[in-house]
Amino acid sequence: MKRRTLLKSAMLAGALATTTAAVAQDESYTIGVAIPSATHGFMGGLNFHARETIARVEETYPQINFVLATAGDASKMVNDVEDMVATRDIDALVVLPFESEPLTSPVQAVAEQGIWVTVVDRGLSVEGIEDLYVAGDNPGFGRMAGEYFAENLEEGDNIVVLRGIPTTLDNERVEAFEAAIEGSGINVLDMQHGNWNRDDAFNVMQDFLSRYDDIDAVWAADDDMAVGVLEAISQAGREEEMWVVGGAGMKEIIRRVMEGDPQIPVDVTYPPAQISTAIELTALGLVSNTPVTGEFIIGSQLVTPENAEQFYFPDSPF
Amino acid sequence: MTEATMNTQRKINLRRFNFHVLGPLLALIALIILGALLNPNFLSYGNVTNVLARSAFIGIIAIGMTFVITAGGIDLSVGSMAAFVAGVMIMCMNALIPAMGVGIPLIVVGMCIALLTGFAAGMLNGVLISKVKIEAFIVTLGSMGIYRSLVTWLADGGTLSLNFDLRGLYRPVYYDGLLGISWPIIVFAVVAILGELIMRHTAFGRHCAAIGANEQVARYSAVNVDRSRTATYVLLGTLVGLATIMYVPRLGSASGSTGVLWELEAIAAVIIGGTVLKGGYGRIWGTVVGVLILSLIDNILNLASIVSPYLNGAIQGVVVILAVVLQRERKTAD
Repeated sequence: MKRRTLLKSAMLAGALATTTAAVAQDESYTIGVAIPSATHGFMGGLNFHARETIARVEETYPQINFVLATAGDASKMVNDVEDMVATRDIDALVVLPFESEPLTSPVQAVAEQGIWVTVVDRGLSVEGIEDLYVAGDNPGFGRMAGEYFAENLEEGDNIVVLRGIPTTLDNERVEAFEAAIEGSGINVLDMQHGNWNRDDAFNVMQDFLSRYDDIDAVWAADDDMAVGVLEAISQAGREEEMWVVGGAGMKEIIRRVMEGDPQIPVDVTYPPAQISTAIELTALGLVSNTPVTGEFIIGSQLVTPENAEQFYFPDSPF
Repeated sequence: MTEATMNTQRKINLRRFNFHVLGPLLALIALIILGALLNPNFLSYGNVTNVLARSAFIGIIAIGMTFVITAGGIDLSVGSMAAFVAGVMIMCMNALIPAMGVGIPLIVVGMCIALLTGFAAGMLNGVLISKVKIEAFIVTLGSMGIYRSLVTWLADGGTLSLNFDLRGLYRPVYYDGLLGISWPIIVFAVVAILGELIMRHTAFGRHCAAIGANEQVARYSAVNVDRSRTATYVLLGTLVGLATIMYVPRLGSASGSTGVLWELEAIAAVIIGGTVLKGGYGRIWGTVVGVLILSLIDNILNLASIVSPYLNGAIQGVVVILAVVLQRERKTAD
């Protein structure tokens, strides 16, 4: 519901802005949006929300045009950004850097030309380039899960952890998780990389299950991985023995939480709709006097059977 | 021929036999011993079944790849193709539920769709390579991108999931089996045996080797080069379809991240097994050993956690290179 209210307020502000900006109506703006292509469930959701938001904002503010580019790798993204500046004369850029390092200087060049820059999710390696930074809370994501484990397990209980692709983002989550369970007496048997991939997670979990006779819970750290983990557990017929916590907010998982599945008691959000926040705020900054400079960190929330309904988007592909 | 030359000839044969055939096998045995020492559960029925069943996808594809590589070709598109076939299969099966109802016939239809899609995809690669005469590397690099994008597009960037009831019915194809041996393992074994028979005892197998060794000579020897070459890609495509039939019931879904890098794993398995990358000589049994080596490395690293998981890739790389060094060492010494 948070997203909705945010939207509503944005729209309200938009309505106000259109009336005040009616005088300067003929001034039009172009916003460039550069995001990675939909190669993973999370990015699929992000692409979906980006397209949806662009359609909505274009309708609300007819004077704003969008250029959307999706890239499969960092160098294609650099080209996209350069093309946007050179040929489309953009007024603002919303970018989710594929990788921080290679995108830093191209985006810096954009900012130096006086173009508004909004960076989403992954920070650039030099600070202070962007005007607005919108991101999920990675340490919060790990801490939230860790706190749930610490509260719901007893001293001496055993857990296994599946990690994502080795990146800073993954490290931040895992470090916060470890800090949150510290002192609770929970025993982490092993951590292995499941690369945010269902098949890899399935294999890793199969091996965990053959190796350990006593596992009380699994931190799968991602809903795609949770799907693979659950399948491996059911193959071994050990559903009764352990529960699983994923993360991100995939609709299938949210539905199971909503239905009160004992195997997936909760989920931790890391919303792909953060791209909507970034686009809306950028548009708002262009058309109105609303100050939108700074950082906007979207807190991770714990999805429980009680509140799951507000995180369930059946139309989203993710 | 003097006795001396015959002796050297025999010695060379012996050496080649030893290291070509036994190299990968020794590596496999060493890995099995290592695994058994590191973890008592390694040789348990459950773990052995897991490893063999998960090897089956890459294994079935790698056997097809052995023919393609033996005939001097390469196919980089198999991973994307598997994802695409899985996507098409899931969508068709979901779409046919109202017409056919959830039942065995629908699953059989789904399997036929997978095989046909694989067949067609392989045919497309094969025709572009042998009739239009484009480099295999380029054609399959192109189709790799095409299939990967198509499956992402079909799934709208998300995941295609098989209908829940249908999946319940289809699930035993991966998880159940005959006499305690699960179906993927049985299918993998049958494909390997048939592959060996075709490679060693049919004209097609000999034609593949002939084309890979020297295309001109093969052409002059009245081998229908274009047809045989196309056939290797069609065979591989169909086997990708077969692997997908085993893959879909496992998680009941396909997405843009299905089958990523399967092509490289399949190619690596073929080369570890002693098939020559530039063609002319192929060993099906070697490929089977290669596939097992690759999946055992992963399994052992997960079971033992002796090194940082960051180094898993490095360990794999070292074992792959060592396995190939073992079989090549003496050959260069000749």
